[in-house]
Amino acid sequence: MPLSQPIADGLAAIVGPASVLTKLEDVLPYSFDGTAALRQRPAAVVFPRSVEDVAGCVKLAAAHSVPIVTRGSGTGLSGGSVPQSDSLVLCLAHMNAIVGVDPRNLTLRAQAGAITQAIDEAAARHGLFYPPDPGSMRISTIGGNVAENSGGLRGLKYGVTRDYVMALEVVLADGQIARFGSPCVKDVAGYSMKDLFVGSEGTLGIITEVLLRLVPRPAARRTMLALYERIEDAAETVSAIIAARIIPCTLEFLDQVTARSVEEYAHVGLPTDCAAVLLMETDGHPAAVADEAERMAAIARDHRAREVRVARDEIEALALASARRNAFAALARRRPTTILEDFTVPRSELAEMVGFIAETARGFGLQIGTFGHMGDGNLHPTFLTDERDEAEMARVHLALDVIAKKTLALGGTITGEHGVGLAKKAWLREQMGDSSFALMKQVKRAIDPGGLLNPGKIFD
Amino acid sequence: MTATLRTMDYAVLQQCMHCGMCLPSCPTYDTTKRERNSPRGRIALMRAVADGDLEVTRELAEEMSYCLGCLACQTACPAGVNYAELFETARSDIEIQGAHPGVERKFWRAVTLGFLFVHPRALRAAGRLLRAYQRTGLETLVRRSGFVRLLPPALRRLEPQTPRMAPAFSNAIIAAREDPEGPARYRVALLTGCIQDLGFSDVNRDTADVLLANGCVVFTPPLQPCCGSLHAHNGDTERARQLARRMIELMPPDRYDAIITNAGGCGSHLRRYGPLLEDDPRYRDRAHAWDAKVRDVHEWLASIDCRAPSAAPFAEPTTVTYHESCHLVHGQKISRQPRAVLRLLPGVSLVELPESSWCCGSAGIYAITQPEQADALLRRKTGHVVSTRAAWVATANPGCHLQIARGLDAAGASVGIVHPVSLLARAYRREDGITNQ
Repeated sequence: MPLSQPIADGLAAIVGPASVLTKLEDVLPYSFDGTAALRQRPAAVVFPRSVEDVAGCVKLAAAHSVPIVTRGSGTGLSGGSVPQSDSLVLCLAHMNAIVGVDPRNLTLRAQAGAITQAIDEAAARHGLFYPPDPGSMRISTIGGNVAENSGGLRGLKYGVTRDYVMALEVVLADGQIARFGSPCVKDVAGYSMKDLFVGSEGTLGIITEVLLRLVPRPAARRTMLALYERIEDAAETVSAIIAARIIPCTLEFLDQVTARSVEEYAHVGLPTDCAAVLLMETDGHPAAVADEAERMAAIARDHRAREVRVARDEIEALALASARRNAFAALARRRPTTILEDFTVPRSELAEMVGFIAETARGFGLQIGTFGHMGDGNLHPTFLTDERDEAEMARVHLALDVIAKKTLALGGTITGEHGVGLAKKAWLREQMGDSSFALMKQVKRAIDPGGLLNPGKIFD
Repeated sequence: MTATLRTMDYAVLQQCMHCGMCLPSCPTYDTTKRERNSPRGRIALMRAVADGDLEVTRELAEEMSYCLGCLACQTACPAGVNYAELFETARSDIEIQGAHPGVERKFWRAVTLGFLFVHPRALRAAGRLLRAYQRTGLETLVRRSGFVRLLPPALRRLEPQTPRMAPAFSNAIIAAREDPEGPARYRVALLTGCIQDLGFSDVNRDTADVLLANGCVVFTPPLQPCCGSLHAHNGDTERARQLARRMIELMPPDRYDAIITNAGGCGSHLRRYGPLLEDDPRYRDRAHAWDAKVRDVHEWLASIDCRAPSAAPFAEPTTVTYHESCHLVHGQKISRQPRAVLRLLPGVSLVELPESSWCCGSAGIYAITQPEQADALLRRKTGHVVSTRAAWVATANPGCHLQIARGLDAAGASVGIVHPVSLLARAYRREDGITNQ
């Protein structure tokens, strides 16, 4: 549905006519994000350049009851930035300035459209580190990371995006500009409103600027690969490492299908002939790194690892980690459609969960590639299918439902780091329970009474 | 029949799962931050055409003209999308539908793609005319007189970028068969190219010399048509097929151990005769055999254990940096081998060029069709070259060579440009010089 002329003119008056897109060829590529099989063309796309631009656009949209979908680079994996047909896409890609690094307070201030990797690179120039590293960090925006509370490969030791957000600047549903949080390490003044906006998936406000906490860059790092004949052995290794009170930076798991797909793309020397691969990484003080690496290798061998390989140098280590980050897209080599899931269970339940997924795939006659942040209990079973094959897609949805129910039965969550968006709405109420689900909807109504901010996401 | 977006294999379109990993590799997306200027955005438009949700519009034509076709997205893509095929199918579809308006454009397409780059004799004749124009002082006269302003805009932009014509074209300086001094280990055919033949025949001579020095018998047919790369890249698939057939007839793949190309842009296309002639039962098998024999010269040298020269190419220790032609690094995945050739050279230290695999903006005729974007990319490239403080920048594609030369000239930088193989040939020659003394 196209935008009415007065609204289009009003937007052009705020951001300039060149920054308002309404032509079919211009808006069609904004019909999707990184999520498979979800597509809807928006009415228009605008590119604000400042928080004032954003506020102006929101006020105008609110006055005309036009829904707003905020977007960064569109790499989300739950359909969080997939538009509605009548909605306006606010794309913050041009608001990408890294305002500054404060090495005395170990903080970094950036506009919401700044690229995640650019943020870590800016930190690195001061010997500092921004640890959250979602798979799409080379192009994902920090605003999107905060809105989805993205995780990554280093979650086990360093936590997720939320753990690094100190303050936010947010445009509210009525176009007011609000600021939450402070540069103080301790701050208990009032409700922690910033924490409400972290992970709110664009449904409560539009994040325009963030203040991030940085940590010292680790002096040493060691990366290893452990190869297994049985998936369960890999899962047990992970549990044993954690039980041994070792908190490595990364414990990533890839099954054979995933390892093969990644190797075909990246040629980094991932083994393709074993049932499971663990990518293990420890960082920190050189002495601690050496000690931890040795103990982890020993635990892996105790759990029937066929072989433990150590990355030769930093270049090989980086190549392995970045190859792993592309696991999801690499799996698309196998079948036309890849449906990625994000189930997470308590780590003690990992072996059971991994086995259950494999069994379910067999039961429904489906192909699943599984990889994930095993150290976090966060698995990404990925269905390799074809969206044009209706019968198979029906089985995919049934299998998904079965796995989701099992996840909840094990005390897990339907999404560890991708968000609910459109893709995981079906199970949210079941996970949360009626009263907390109702409270969440009340919060939404209080903050966005018109229901114009990313409608239809998380819940209806 | 030439495939259109609607008739092509849908699975090629479907391979893109729009994860966005291509975005940071795309020079046009980097400039505008707009999805339609990105690989996945362009594929979404193509898929909309295939789905019947979009016509082949002028907007689509302009978008596909804005795409450099640098294929950096293909290197970045974890899902293995064949962007080259999508790009060429879209451009071909656009030509079939006549979505690009303009009489002037039609005329120049007919002259170049339909005539000059099909008839090698005519192309060389044009080259001789151009050489005369450049050498008689007429060029200076024309430039001073302001006559250039009377040319149509596309030609006006082209005029200063025209390569200096070489004093002699390849056929005058390379015999149809040349034998190495020592024992012959391999039989290879040498492709002389179009621009390379007219403007850089010395690079062809150097390539032959390097192959001879490594025990290859070199066969160089004196009159070679364009390989069809220009045509395929610009939507003229049918002529690209005709030219592929002529090349296969001219250099039957079963007679050689390898068919050698020294231009990144040609090589990328030359390796895909098989898919191009898939529906031609008379040529299909030979086309696949051809693909299996095509080697970039650096790739070939690396695979036959290239002999390290004992002499240095320069009298003084020299720093060289390396710019990667898009169609060499992304189109053919040849990245390590040219550097390996440069590392063989005594007295030469190789410094890495920042963003070495980022397009320089040459991209075939892109500098003519999209001058603004081409200039922006060129300034970025020139800045990086200057930042290395290298005395020479090596590159293995005539388009990049001309473009970067123009950029360095405009920046007033005194950096030489050279093909890696020319440096190797130079080192071998100095070796002889030392032994003769």
